[in-house]
Amino acid sequence: MLYNVFVDPFVQMADMPDLLVQVLWEGTVAGVLYALIALGFVLIFKASGVFNFAQGIMVVFAALTLVGLHENGVPALLALVLTVGVMYALAWSIERVVLRPLVNQPDIILFMATFGITYLIIGLGEFIFGGRPKAMITSELFLPRGAIDVQMLGGRVTFQKLDIAAAVIAGLMVAALAVFFQRTRIGRALRAVADSHKAALSVGISLNQIWVVVWFTAGLVALVTGIMWGARSDVSFGLQIIALKALPVLILGGFTSVPGAIVGGLIIGVGEKVGEFYWGPLVGSGIESWLAYLIALAFLLFRPQGLFGDKIIERI
Amino acid sequence: MSMRKFALGAAAAAALGTLVPAPAVAQDTIYVPLLSYRTGPFGGSGVPIADGMHDYLRMLNERDGGIGGARLVIEECETGYDTKKGVECYEAIKGKNPVVVNPYSTGITLQLIPKAHVDKIPILSMAYGLSAAAVGDTFPWIFNPPATYWDGASVFIRHVAEREGGFDKLKGKKIGLLHLDAPFGKEPIPLLETFAREYGFELKLYPVPADKMQDQASQWLAIRRDRTDWIYNQGWGAMNPTAVKEAAKNNYPMDKLVGVWWAGGDDDARGGEAGGKGYKSLNFHGVGADFPVIRDIQRHVVDKGLSRFPKDKIGENLYNRGVYNSMLIAEAIRTAQQLTGKKAVTGEDVRRGFENLDITEARLKEMGMEGFAAPVRITCGDHNGHHKVYVAQWDGQKWTRGSDWMSPMSDKVRPLLEAAAKDFAEKNNWPKRSEACDKRS
Repeated sequence: MLYNVFVDPFVQMADMPDLLVQVLWEGTVAGVLYALIALGFVLIFKASGVFNFAQGIMVVFAALTLVGLHENGVPALLALVLTVGVMYALAWSIERVVLRPLVNQPDIILFMATFGITYLIIGLGEFIFGGRPKAMITSELFLPRGAIDVQMLGGRVTFQKLDIAAAVIAGLMVAALAVFFQRTRIGRALRAVADSHKAALSVGISLNQIWVVVWFTAGLVALVTGIMWGARSDVSFGLQIIALKALPVLILGGFTSVPGAIVGGLIIGVGEKVGEFYWGPLVGSGIESWLAYLIALAFLLFRPQGLFGDKIIERI
Repeated sequence: MSMRKFALGAAAAAALGTLVPAPAVAQDTIYVPLLSYRTGPFGGSGVPIADGMHDYLRMLNERDGGIGGARLVIEECETGYDTKKGVECYEAIKGKNPVVVNPYSTGITLQLIPKAHVDKIPILSMAYGLSAAAVGDTFPWIFNPPATYWDGASVFIRHVAEREGGFDKLKGKKIGLLHLDAPFGKEPIPLLETFAREYGFELKLYPVPADKMQDQASQWLAIRRDRTDWIYNQGWGAMNPTAVKEAAKNNYPMDKLVGVWWAGGDDDARGGEAGGKGYKSLNFHGVGADFPVIRDIQRHVVDKGLSRFPKDKIGENLYNRGVYNSMLIAEAIRTAQQLTGKKAVTGEDVRRGFENLDITEARLKEMGMEGFAAPVRITCGDHNGHHKVYVAQWDGQKWTRGSDWMSPMSDKVRPLLEAAAKDFAEKNNWPKRSEACDKRS
């Protein structure tokens, strides 16, 4: 038993290094995609201190809108632009109808409101698009197809071009968000709102405008996430389950940190793939779901605020 | 109108309502609830089945005025493929005297099995649910024709043996079960373990947790590492197109990936795009719209705008699965009417109807289902029938027949089912059957 746990997995890694590279690559890609989902949560949490339960269904709604418009004869790139418009309209509506009446209410009220938003979007999505799965318009969006096979370490490692594109796009998106938060006036205002709604209002920051901006940005992240996940599988309501994968990432990376979402995503992605592949068979496989939480909880023992989260000190 | 006049009018109308006699004979109706799921992660598979089930029953109403003079009252209850919601649906509809309940989920079926004999409502878990429920002596209220998951797995093994050149060639092979990590996915494991011991192949299990349905990289890397020769896919919902996509991505020989009948949706195979060509799935009914029964549905339901299903997709595999499911319901009701002489039969009557179900070639032809399905016969002791299935193969555009009708290995499956039923009864303090068997059954 001890051999199987502490020795055999490493023997396998040494015996088949090409597979180890493949596992690490798959974990990295999964991690990048988890990070994308987590980013959506982080954005809204930073601006309002609210965990947005609706982020998963926003991913589905954005992807369905894009594919649905295209199915109805709208050219792909125009459909993309229109979907961005729809996500803006959604952000504006949420701010007007849900958030504005709830200013200064306890966070738990806002959190519960995001439950309501979730079920509203589910109903709306099913009413408009139906429940049938749809194929992502990968080629029409000029996303690369096919794979690059590299002979290395005595074997073959396959890199899907789509996965490479996902990693590049996610990287660009993170860089753009970092610049947005650090270098722009709205970004700084957003950070001020995150620190204190009242203080931000007192210096003339428009809370309503900030909320629209942040929900719209989260909508854009959801659209990119939906395109990438949809291209790997299909576009269906099943995608909303993927959002659950953001939870351990957020626990690990911290709810308020963009770099934390990225690093957390990578640790969870690589950790669960390596764990499942080398140690999973010892316990009947299928351990990925809870392994991610185990990894996150192990980190929490040492950094309760997450890797990059803000340490909150409150007077009592 | 003033409030006074309105109140007077309303009172007069109410009084008249009490005086107007009810029709001398209310039309006979039969309540058929459909537990379906059009929403959630499994909605992609659930929608075509729900529409197929609904449209066939609606066609009977439109074309024939119901069954045997009794109009069908069809009501859907949305479960989202969630066991808790499914049980809630059952509790909500059981007071309306349903003649049969279709749980459309193995998880929900397992919850309803102990309730069926108490509430006197037969459960039809068509080719899903608890395999051991095929033993009618133990489970008089549960029916799972035309084949159990164990039958399906045995046909898969028979197919592998045929392709490999005989059962003796299975020795040393690696056969994998890629399955949803849920009761439905795990169902064939006991049978495959028994066969692995008997035929000497190595069984590899690749469970896919529900939240990883759309990210199966780990499972397919493990398949690559293990060099698994054949894969049986016991998948559902979003798991299936992802599995086909992953197989294509990993250059797995597509004709060695065989899905259970629930892994054979058109959207499942289409998910693999060009790489999905050659993917196989078990099936027990015809695919396509070129059957008289489907044409009747088009004429009486679709063309009248009474169907929610896209016109151009009528005849897809899972739509026809729903049609087949409703055909079994309708035939059980018809048989119950013949047995009892009543138009408005009850759940107890329909239970007897199922136990006496005998759908012959002639009857299939009469229903416009010649070549659509194999004959089905259920008896008091055998609630499944272990009927023939075939292997369908995706040609890149549509499903085609990939084999002849193949019999399950009933001689091996049946004793295992009986042992499993006995074990279930002992562990659950299960009541002995008190329902009498009909003579013709």
